[in-house]
Amino acid sequence: MPVQDFEQVFQDKIDGEIKIEPKDWMPDAYRKTNLRQISQHAHSEVVGMLPEGNWVTRAPSLKRKAILLAKIQDEAGHGLYLYSAAETLGMSRDEMIGDLHSGKAKYSSIFNYPALTWADMGAIGWLVDGAAILNQVMLCRTSYGPYARAMVRICKEESFHQRQGFESLLVLSKGTDEQKAMCQDAINRWWWPSLMMFGPKDSESTNSDQSMKWKIKRKSNDELRQQFVDMIAQQIKVLGMKLPDEALQWNEQRGHYDFGAINWDEFWAVVKGNGPCNKQRLEARRKAHEQGAWVREAAMAYAAKTAQKKAAAAMQAGALEMA
Amino acid sequence: MQKTDSSDIQKELKTAWSEAPSLEGSREAYLLHLADNSLILSHRNSEWCGHGPVLEQDIALTNISLDLIGQARNFYQYAASLIGNTDEDQLAGMRPERAFKNLLLVEQPNGDWGQTVLRQYLFSQYQYLLFEQLQQHADQQLAAICAKALKEIKYHLRWSSEWVIRLGDGTAESNERMKNAVEELWRYTGEMFMPAAYEQEAQVDIVLLKDAWNKKVASVFEAAALSVPGDCFMQSGGKTGVHTEYMGYILTELQYMQRAYPGCEW
Amino acid sequence: MNIAIKKFYYGDIPEEKGGTGNYQSTADSHAWPLWEIFIRSKQGLDHKHVGSLHAADAAMAIENARDVYTRRMEGVSIWVVESKYISASNPEEAGELYEPAVDKIYRHPTFYQLPDEVNHM
Repeated sequence: MPVQDFEQVFQDKIDGEIKIEPKDWMPDAYRKTNLRQISQHAHSEVVGMLPEGNWVTRAPSLKRKAILLAKIQDEAGHGLYLYSAAETLGMSRDEMIGDLHSGKAKYSSIFNYPALTWADMGAIGWLVDGAAILNQVMLCRTSYGPYARAMVRICKEESFHQRQGFESLLVLSKGTDEQKAMCQDAINRWWWPSLMMFGPKDSESTNSDQSMKWKIKRKSNDELRQQFVDMIAQQIKVLGMKLPDEALQWNEQRGHYDFGAINWDEFWAVVKGNGPCNKQRLEARRKAHEQGAWVREAAMAYAAKTAQKKAAAAMQAGALEMA
Repeated sequence: MQKTDSSDIQKELKTAWSEAPSLEGSREAYLLHLADNSLILSHRNSEWCGHGPVLEQDIALTNISLDLIGQARNFYQYAASLIGNTDEDQLAGMRPERAFKNLLLVEQPNGDWGQTVLRQYLFSQYQYLLFEQLQQHADQQLAAICAKALKEIKYHLRWSSEWVIRLGDGTAESNERMKNAVEELWRYTGEMFMPAAYEQEAQVDIVLLKDAWNKKVASVFEAAALSVPGDCFMQSGGKTGVHTEYMGYILTELQYMQRAYPGCEW
Repeated sequence: MNIAIKKFYYGDIPEEKGGTGNYQSTADSHAWPLWEIFIRSKQGLDHKHVGSLHAADAAMAIENARDVYTRRMEGVSIWVVESKYISASNPEEAGELYEPAVDKIYRHPTFYQLPDEVNHM
């Protein structure tokens, strides 16, 4: 079959909502787009452990510490599921990690912002995970089978993340004046970066069109962002807090909230490595990987040794039987 | 074990320096000792979260941290119910360093992965044998907490002993690192078998414990191509609140929120 | 000794079809191999493929699977197999492999019309 026919068969499958599986023929660009997107997603989960990890040893109560640890642990798990999904496209996790560490691969810019107070743990759960979940729910129906399956598992586990974040802010919002101020401050700092998480405006996004045709993505950046604003604008009323946007207003005609202009200069600056924590986050990841090298090596050496011993024992047992 | 008046522990909470003789030998003190062990080790392990040598093991060690926090909470809650007018977070977050009764072993820095898994192994081996005895304890609540924890500890023991063996018998570098780890930590193991007043009250058979621990450790070390150090001077003091300098920094982080915002709900 | 196992083994497409990427591993040689994980969610059910992970050996793979895939009581039994040992059918042979079954409708109970009196057979 000529390549064009393969492409037609491929697109027919996509149009017919049949998932693409690892061994199926797929266009180069589809493979590359998925690989880029899934590995970025994986990197985001893993780098995303760091801002929250910053508060593990300072959590205000044992219950909160356990919740926070369990949540960060989930993120490690999600990174792992996603790396596995990406590996089905022919790149090893080790290579992907290499790309992250060299700066070639990107991760969500939101994690380049600092987690400064305990309230940031709530704000990250509510806003950052809330934004991520909208994207992830959409991705449960993405066309690449392993990615979609990873997302289903992740969404199941993530549902507690946003809830715990909101609940922990709710406690602050009912607490002392200091706690309330802490809560509002965290929302002020995390709100705009959360909106940026959905990526550039549709008019400027380079990857969206082809991704839509291939059903890798099913909703545009702007659609998802609007969905997020509508959701948060309602939920914040329960907290009795304010979003830091004077332009935020219900638009009866559109049936959506209008909101103010996003500072795209800041967005691109952070993407290009000039956020408050870019350097620190990458350094932490590199250090963990480098300092783990001897551990990984020793484990392989030990596995090889025991396999050899086992084989030798089996040989000996065989020889005894013969005799 | 004798029951302590709640004002005694309140006194202990306030007097940073005294030995708080009123708590000596009490069941509350013993519960706090058990709780502090689990809390401080979970704290140390949790410092790895996000920085492990490989994702799978990051997750594994965090699981252990979570188990240990769970144990600490159970012991603190029980202690709080006996002491009265306090709770788990006050006990963890407001007591001064001199009132903490954990073993020196568990507060030692993480070092490298080898030192962390060795510390976990040495402690889990001890905790396993100890809790096997405690699950028969006359205090049924204590016994129940220990019985529940025992299942977790069995897994910690399996995981950590496998790691000790794997690294000890891995490469030349990993063997060298494990030797260093043994050298670093061994001096803190003797304290496990020097009973404090509150332990004598708990009626644990320390001799039995010590023999069993030594035997088990020797066999794991042998598989790990490590030698058990000969007699050396053992550090002690943790059980009665005389800690290493590391402890103050642990508590500075651990107690930061409770002390900066006392009396708040979180 | 290069033990970097890629999922190429069952996830790849043949070079000559022109659809493959050209990513080459720059992996360090001590990366742990990939394992496929199967979990029995409760007694009486089959083990089901749930995903994969990296581990140095089988024992570690089982423990990692326990920590990664059963954190929320998802399982009571775990199987692991190193990914490179999985052989898979070729999707391009789907026609000859699976389509011949399509017209054998007499293999299904619904093919047989029975009188109402014996309707629950």
